[in-house]
Amino acid sequence: MIIMQEQTMPAEKENAQKAKIDALLHLADDSLIMGHRCSEWCGHGPILEQDIALTNIALDFVGQARNFYQHAAALLQQLPNDMALALADFDITPASITEDSLAYLRNANAYKNHLLVELPNGDWAQTILKIFFFSNYRQILFQQLLKNSDTQLAAIAEKSLKEIQYHVKWSGEWVMRLGDGTDESRERMLKAIDYLWPYVGEFFNCTEYEKTAFELDDTSIDLLKQTWLNTINHTFQLATLPEQTFGKWYQSGGKLGIHTEHLGYILAEMQFLPRTYPNAEW
Amino acid sequence: MDANKLAEQFQQKIDADIKIEPQDWMPDEYRKTLIRQISQHAHSEIVGMLPEGNWITRAPSLRRKAILLAKVQDEAGHGLYLYSAAETLGITRDEMYYQLHSGKAKYSSIFNYPTLTWADMGAIGWLVDGAAIMNQVPLSRCSYGPYARAMVRICKEESFHQRQGFEILLTLSKGNAAQRKMCQDAINRWWWPSLMMFGPTDNDSPHTAQSMKWKIKRFTNDELRQKFVDVCAEQVKFLGMTLPDKDLKWNEERKHYDFGPINWEEFWNVVKGNGPCNKERLATRVQAWEDGAWVREAALAYEEKKSARKYAFQNTAKSTENAPAFQ
Ligand SMILES: [Fe+2]
Ligand SMILES: [Fe+2]
Repeated sequence: MIIMQEQTMPAEKENAQKAKIDALLHLADDSLIMGHRCSEWCGHGPILEQDIALTNIALDFVGQARNFYQHAAALLQQLPNDMALALADFDITPASITEDSLAYLRNANAYKNHLLVELPNGDWAQTILKIFFFSNYRQILFQQLLKNSDTQLAAIAEKSLKEIQYHVKWSGEWVMRLGDGTDESRERMLKAIDYLWPYVGEFFNCTEYEKTAFELDDTSIDLLKQTWLNTINHTFQLATLPEQTFGKWYQSGGKLGIHTEHLGYILAEMQFLPRTYPNAEW
Repeated sequence: MDANKLAEQFQQKIDADIKIEPQDWMPDEYRKTLIRQISQHAHSEIVGMLPEGNWITRAPSLRRKAILLAKVQDEAGHGLYLYSAAETLGITRDEMYYQLHSGKAKYSSIFNYPTLTWADMGAIGWLVDGAAIMNQVPLSRCSYGPYARAMVRICKEESFHQRQGFEILLTLSKGNAAQRKMCQDAINRWWWPSLMMFGPTDNDSPHTAQSMKWKIKRFTNDELRQKFVDVCAEQVKFLGMTLPDKDLKWNEERKHYDFGPINWEEFWNVVKGNGPCNKERLATRVQAWEDGAWVREAALAYEEKKSARKYAFQNTAKSTENAPAFQ
């Protein structure tokens, strides 16, 4: 019996470790791609103060991405090299596993972000709505992560939550301004809802690695889903926007590496320098 | 009090280094000069976001990406402080935007040059922010209070900008052959336009004398340019790179570096709108402004509705207060 246990424990631990790394990369990729899209607005915003606010949000996301990648890199460095390389699913073998090699040397099919975050910015309404959906999702997920047995993950979640609260507030205020602003802004919000809604279902279609690493079961996922929908509808009501429900069909795949066509372009732009000069210092 | 007397008192204040504040009397020309200079300065910060903003999505490490984002965000903040400082002189931000978009107002010509490689982020930080600091440190003692105070805040951030730029170049200078080449190439392209940032030579700068009398300006263009050359000629040695000027040489007698002639024909052409990116930069700003029109309208409409509702609510609240209590 004891011998049996000793043999099965490492396999279980290995699976848990693998799930954790996948989950950390998923969180990091989400943050990085959100940051990338938000940063595209820098210098092009409709109001100078809002340009600054959105750049600040981009900066928060890049900061969060770095925290998650660094944590993932530290865990990967503890593993046997070939196992670590396989787990991170690098496209080019890096000189060492760092936050940068994880961001810059993995292909689109190794990226685990939600499809929603890679969608183009579109107009201000679409950008606002995307941040609104995503940061509300993040807020309830990260509140859950505060209790995570990985104390490092819990600490990053705690630090990020302060920023996320601001993102939730900022984007929610804009949803109200646009929903209850002019006919045109309302029209644009409705279009944005139409475009983005098919992608929100993926938030709550949890992969095995999320369930394991985030310590979620079907009941708690259902609760997150309901909480999120209520929050969204609450703001929508204030914004005089129509109440939403989850449809049976939604777009998904990002968390398992099957993306939209947009991610390839993002990565081509983002990764070109480190890929052109592998192992260079910047 | 007659105008002559006021003008005399004004100059006395300036001479005594007493700051002029928005509510104080000031000559029309002083006001006009400041509005022109501060708004130009604000526009430069905002247009200046574009050449660097270009590289945020392509920054080669996450640390560099975060630093660049923070830097470009700082520039937006500088624009904001400066627009606010100009507004104290009786012009609105929208009027200033209009002047920029219609081509009436200028901004620093340096931003009409393209950013072609990652090394340009280093060269801009080192040289362009460096030249800006040279210009702006004396401005933090400028006679107009709101401008001077804005400059104090701005200068603090500019020195971080310069340091991060130099650090980018230093890293490249220690890198592989392609990186070193990139580094030298960026210095070659940004050096002369940076020298032009100090403006025309003193002989061709008719407003300098008056601006110095008003203590809007504390040093002449040529004095600041010389100071900049002296500093950069030393700093470039740390990079193991060179400045693209065969006439650059220490002059023991003058205790300054001599440097070659500036291409003023190029300078005036870029000022007139014929630089490599003038049209693009301006078009980008105009586009952002026009694309944002519906957003600004919506925000305004929403605020109006909100305050109307608040007003209605207050009135109902009042009438229930006065109503007899229910039994
Ligand atoms: Fe600045
Ligand atoms: Fe700067």
